[in-house]
Amino acid sequence: MIPAILSRPFSEKTGLIPGTKKGADMEILVLVKHVPASDAAIKVAGDGRTIETAGLSFVLNPYDEYAVEEALKTKEAKGGSVTVLTVGGPETVKTLRHCLALGADKAIRIGVEGGELDGLATSNILADKIKELNPELVFCGKQAIDNDDSQIGPRIAARLGWACLSDASTFVLGDAAWSGERDIEGGKESVEGSLPAVITCDKGLNEPRYANMKGIMMAKKKPLEEVEASPMASKVEMVKLAPPPPRPEPTILGEGPDAIPALIEKLKNEVKVL
Amino acid sequence: MSKIWLAFIEQREGKIKKASLEALTLAKNLATQAGGTVHAALIGDSVQGLSSEIAGYGAEKIFLAESPDLALYSGDAYSKALAQAAKDSGAEVVIASHTAMGKDLLPRVASLLEAGMVSDATQVELQGEDLIATKPVYAGKAYKTLKVSGQPFCLTLRPNTLPPQESAGEGTIVTVEAPAKPFLDWVKEILAASTDKTPLQEAAIVVSGGRGLKDPENWKLVEGLAEAFGPGVAAVGASRAVVDAGWRPHSEQVGQTGKVVSPTLYIALGISGAIQHLAGMSTSKYIVAINKDPDAPIFKVANYGIVGDVLEVVPSLIEAIKAAREA
Repeated sequence: MIPAILSRPFSEKTGLIPGTKKGADMEILVLVKHVPASDAAIKVAGDGRTIETAGLSFVLNPYDEYAVEEALKTKEAKGGSVTVLTVGGPETVKTLRHCLALGADKAIRIGVEGGELDGLATSNILADKIKELNPELVFCGKQAIDNDDSQIGPRIAARLGWACLSDASTFVLGDAAWSGERDIEGGKESVEGSLPAVITCDKGLNEPRYANMKGIMMAKKKPLEEVEASPMASKVEMVKLAPPPPRPEPTILGEGPDAIPALIEKLKNEVKVL
Repeated sequence: MSKIWLAFIEQREGKIKKASLEALTLAKNLATQAGGTVHAALIGDSVQGLSSEIAGYGAEKIFLAESPDLALYSGDAYSKALAQAAKDSGAEVVIASHTAMGKDLLPRVASLLEAGMVSDATQVELQGEDLIATKPVYAGKAYKTLKVSGQPFCLTLRPNTLPPQESAGEGTIVTVEAPAKPFLDWVKEILAASTDKTPLQEAAIVVSGGRGLKDPENWKLVEGLAEAFGPGVAAVGASRAVVDAGWRPHSEQVGQTGKVVSPTLYIALGISGAIQHLAGMSTSKYIVAINKDPDAPIFKVANYGIVGDVLEVVPSLIEAIKAAREA
């Protein structure tokens, strides 16, 4: 159900929906993903469809760190509670506990049968859960650094009929509206919108905090709910996963400024940029 | 497979983005192969004048949503207009470029159409009735090949993947009803879109600097080398180390948590080549690395390397490039 706030008319003067939420507690949801660390070497497994996970360190998706931080900052400013939500197997509990240690109040893991879901199936499962939890703000990373799809945030917003700011590099929350900025090619655009909203977070939005010992201890006692969902069939099917095409054999042209003429020759005759 | 292929044409301030002509070219190539037709969708304020340019890349019909309210991008309004255009045109595949606008817009359209989607494809082909798309994952540490089933279907194409190809189309205008205000979200203004600076992802040459520059003062060497290639040709990038150190803004970071670039020439100055940096640039056609450490991992992906201190090599390199261009 779409909250009633959207059916109210915009104020001509402010361009915003007259708010009622000042000082009121805000329900905030953060969508997170458990992914291989960005400094991890990725090896395709023997099946040609998955990666070798042995010895691989998995972390909270780096862009989701900014989402968790923004949610915690918003809670500290407005009051309310922060719930983190993920779709994934039991191994993702580690990442959820990490979010609880950072300061989130509650975590939910949605387990699904079968293999990896596509963007449509994943976003529909998340959107269903969001409808049930009825938050006013949903934060997530601008993309997960495994699939690099950047679909989930805007997909959920469209499915729910909510506003969306993707790739947020700044975010300001008003009483019933928000504004923020996002990088575009060669500049930025400043965006405004109504609540409820989905905000996907870029690096630079804030300085994510670290978990301290007290947070880690408290996280063990915070509620972590695990539920199952039945996804729709994915429409995008994996055919294969392959290593990147090999780079040509490197050539060292020489040492110091003496090597410059050889480089100029390559730039002129082979790369053809001079 | 598909009868109608719809390409979204991105315009900002009445100028068509080259990357969306690449998307249109892909749609045209696939439509030709499948015996189908390619249409374009254009959204904005008073943009009908762009239709002849679009027709010049093979669009038979141009689905046009025009309104003063659509002068600036609104993800909400544009997605509704494009989904409407997809329905009106009977499109089974909607293709856009994976630009800042495209990657916000197409997932919304895909949801409105209940469609599957491939993001940031670098290769797309038809195999019989199936559409097969390949895209980099883990920021290019691996490539995933996907098969698409069910229609409609949405796809974003990585910019600079194929050159736009002119081809005559009818370009018949078909009006699409423009969504009416209030919108859920809207761009209020474009900030600092400096026209003299070449966007990182669109530049043919990217010159990036890292910790080997030693001091933010020395950044002028990176900028100087970029400028040496001529006005508007080269863009400047940065490694995560110098962004985290506060020398450069995050918008210039190249790597897994920054921009992924794929220029003709990438020049890495004083960048050691951490895995997460390589992930952001290793699809560049040519890579040149200058680093004083001969064992730096950047040399493993470079076509050409110079072992040396960037502070010594770059000033002479700038002069040599200027001399070569004047010759």
